Amino acid sequence: MRIYVCVKQVPDTSGVVAVNPDGTLNRASMQTIINHDDLSAMEQALRLKDATGCQVTAVTMGPPPAEGMLRELLAMGADDAVLISAREFGGSDTFATSQIISAAITHLGLGEEDIIFCGRQAIDGDTAQVGPQIAEKMDIPQVTYCAELEKNGNEIIVKRMLEDGYMKIKVQTPCLITCIKDNEFVPRYMTVNGINDCYSKPLTVLDFEALKDEPLIELDTIGLKGSPTNIFKSFTPPLKGVGIMLEGNGKETCADLAARLLDKHLI
Amino acid sequence: MDFSLTREQELLKKVAAQFAENELEPVAAELDKTHVFPVDNFKKMAEVGFTGIGVPREYGGTGGGATEKVIAVSEFARKCMSSAAILSIHLIAPQAIAKYGTKEQKEKYLPRLTKGGELGAFALTEPNAGSDAGSVQTTAIFDPETNEYVLNGGKCFISGGSRASVLVIFALTDPSKGLRGMSALIVENTMPGFSVGKIEEKMGIAGSETAELIFEDVRVPAENLLGKEGQGFKIAMQALDGARIGVGAQALGVAKEAVDLAVKYSHERVQFGKPISALQGIQWYIADMATKTEAAETLVYKAAWLEDTGKPFSKEAAMCKLNAAENARFVTNLALQIHGGYGFMKDYPLERMYRDAKITEIYEGTSEIHKVVISRAVMGK
Repeated sequence: MRIYVCVKQVPDTSGVVAVNPDGTLNRASMQTIINHDDLSAMEQALRLKDATGCQVTAVTMGPPPAEGMLRELLAMGADDAVLISAREFGGSDTFATSQIISAAITHLGLGEEDIIFCGRQAIDGDTAQVGPQIAEKMDIPQVTYCAELEKNGNEIIVKRMLEDGYMKIKVQTPCLITCIKDNEFVPRYMTVNGINDCYSKPLTVLDFEALKDEPLIELDTIGLKGSPTNIFKSFTPPLKGVGIMLEGNGKETCADLAARLLDKHLI
Repeated sequence: MDFSLTREQELLKKVAAQFAENELEPVAAELDKTHVFPVDNFKKMAEVGFTGIGVPREYGGTGGGATEKVIAVSEFARKCMSSAAILSIHLIAPQAIAKYGTKEQKEKYLPRLTKGGELGAFALTEPNAGSDAGSVQTTAIFDPETNEYVLNGGKCFISGGSRASVLVIFALTDPSKGLRGMSALIVENTMPGFSVGKIEEKMGIAGSETAELIFEDVRVPAENLLGKEGQGFKIAMQALDGARIGVGAQALGVAKEAVDLAVKYSHERVQFGKPISALQGIQWYIADMATKTEAAETLVYKAAWLEDTGKPFSKEAAMCKLNAAENARFVTNLALQIHGGYGFMKDYPLERMYRDAKITEIYEGTSEIHKVVISRAVMGK
């Protein structure tokens, strides 16, 4: 059994967002972190590995520096890593990205008992589209918003967290599951010995040449050209003005507050 | 010349910083208040592998050496000096066993002290043997009938002494020979006759539980002799050389955090209509603090590099500890001063950092004894 965990390097939200002239993010010039939901997905996968001894493979698509993130995931306990990286893949939107990742996982092979884990969504685009699109393109079942799961042979019972409760659903492998950040699945730390070993664990780079014969890979279905999304503008929102503090708990303060809200047509 | 860390060391720094922020910072004020050793956090340190730094992996350790210790300890010290002290002092015992122990001793004790999450301690100091470590009075007289050493006496100011299960204890196996009659023994806290006396109430690093140890006819098997008989003073001094780099790292960490906090506060604090960071008096404080801390960092890492590359490092270990400790007091004092009244309040970490920093000028050798070590190395005896 092998678990592929799809992970994404996202801009550190405490830093400044840099944008390319074509409106896409200039990822190379920004401080990056591992997307939170993806870390929860990795933790879920590593717990399954602790229980079953299965293989965990971290997969990402990104520029060469994304290797640093993959090494961190190897230091946490992943067995191997795959970096999908090529100029031809640059500027991909969710459609093109899922096209390429699907091709890469197909290329690597998805067995009967295998699972693909993704984070629910990335904090940069917040689309939550890549995971479900991979499942559609690979023609496998998908379950989203997973908070917890239990695996018995080829069956998985997933607890989905929804806004007003949870839902349990049974699914057959191979399948794709998107995970949410959950207090139960706080990502483990890299261990010191994991760090000692992470640069000697296998990391495969899949470039355009490696994937070009996959049926999903066509020059008009990948990269900026193959992306139906048009970005109008990317920018850091300007800071809002300083708030006003009203002090006191008497009627006058309340009246003042109400008047201000009325004035702004908020009530 | 290359001052950069390796890629593995960069990741170690990252995980140590994450651990310090998530696990240590939230309990730092509580430890300071309750004076209770953070048992759970020590176990978590072991799970990640911090407690096995400097010990070979075949014995449960995580490898690395002085540089890795400096990285982890200094990151811990930024958020909780008690925890940094606990790790730094714990590492002395397993590293001494790894260096001087027999294969059997290493197999028996090192996995417990590394991945096993048990605390180690190093017991040299006695009421009459502080800087003058040669005045140890605890005895360990060999009993040929049972093939055991009979340990009698006591130790004081032993960091983690009340919580440690495996301790490296220094005692006279031949009192007639003085210093040359001192030996190191591996003692377990479960051995009959071993007891913990007073737990000190301290000015700082309150969570490290500093204890008095009492030995009354503790029978220690002969196979627990660490190194050879009479080698104790040498083992102690070599261990202390390494430990001093650990204290340098503690002093470095608390100073770096104090500089960062002072910079942040000076930008936020508005007086006379502008942030106090616009005042040249504050700017010059910060410039001094940052420069001295950078210098301290360079010396601490240089001493660690010398140790890791097998070069003599005794003088540099003493220098880095002396310098970083003086700097930690200087910087925490000014950072507190920049915070003004808020710095004096327990709502902010500065007053704790100021108290915690002071110990670095005292333990593992006072600043004065370091000047003795340094002047002898520089001027000749």
